[in-house]
Amino acid sequence: MSTSTILIVAGAFLASAVEMVEALTIVLGVGVVRGWRSTLIGVAAAVVVLGVLVAALGPALRSIPIGTLRLVVGALLLAFGLQWLRKAILRSSGYKDLHDEDEAFTSEREQAAAAGDEQRAGLDWYSFTVAFKGVLLEGLEVVFIVIAFGSAEGHLGLAAAGAAAAVVVVVIAGVLAKGPLSRVPENTIKFVVGLLLTSFGCFWGAEGAGVDWPGDELSLLGVIAFFGALSFVLVRALRRRRRVLPVTAGAEA
Amino acid sequence: MKYLRSFGRFWWNFIVGDDWRVAAGVAAALGLTSLLTHEGVNAWWLLPASIALVLTGSLLRVVRRS
Repeated sequence: MSTSTILIVAGAFLASAVEMVEALTIVLGVGVVRGWRSTLIGVAAAVVVLGVLVAALGPALRSIPIGTLRLVVGALLLAFGLQWLRKAILRSSGYKDLHDEDEAFTSEREQAAAAGDEQRAGLDWYSFTVAFKGVLLEGLEVVFIVIAFGSAEGHLGLAAAGAAAAVVVVVIAGVLAKGPLSRVPENTIKFVVGLLLTSFGCFWGAEGAGVDWPGDELSLLGVIAFFGALSFVLVRALRRRRRVLPVTAGAEA
Repeated sequence: MKYLRSFGRFWWNFIVGDDWRVAAGVAAALGLTSLLTHEGVNAWWLLPASIALVLTGSLLRVVRRS
């Protein structure tokens, strides 16, 4: 297994893990307050939609020439990955609030308790729709990453397996913990995922634009090291600036 | 029409996020890299350097606003 393949599987696993931790908080918040039947049906429906998306889009992308595919996938991964990396840098330097799973869980429970009691198709409609939307929206990011990683390097199955393994791990951890996984270092994981998305996006985007990387695949490690070092320097610089000119955390939406 | 607008807004937020200049910078850097490689220049250094500038610029804008 090559270095890039290992990084693809690791990236898909970590991205899926961090998104599923957030989805788990939503599902638990609704399920604990309003019951599990409609909530779990909502989860299952979202998982089916996400699975169909991967199964349909993944193979369809194989018909696109690899150069064009890498250019498009690289551009999308860069735009997407830079959002993750930018937010992680802002969180690490104190310019944006850290995501708090306990707070999100409390808020989800309060909303679930206050919501009306509408029944549709034999389901508690609030539980069904909140669980469905929560898993679908968090899962869409994972699907995007799995398809992008899998199609550009031809390892869709491995990327999907990495993401699926994370779902299993998060669900087991959630069942054992019987609550939101607030001790998962979400910002660190998002930092790593943002770094991987940006690095792969840069590597594939440049290849798609016709570049020959010196050292071929080995230069991917150089790209990761470059963006890692840049992020480290940026976090240090922003922290120093924040100490000199204090601001209110969470200034960034 | 309302659903189309919501659909478009969702994908804009999903891909572009809250700083469109980052996505525009990425597109411009990729375009320039493509142009140079087709002129025979193996500009492998251009994209990482451009991304570093785009990311730093975006962070500075947030910091200056706060």
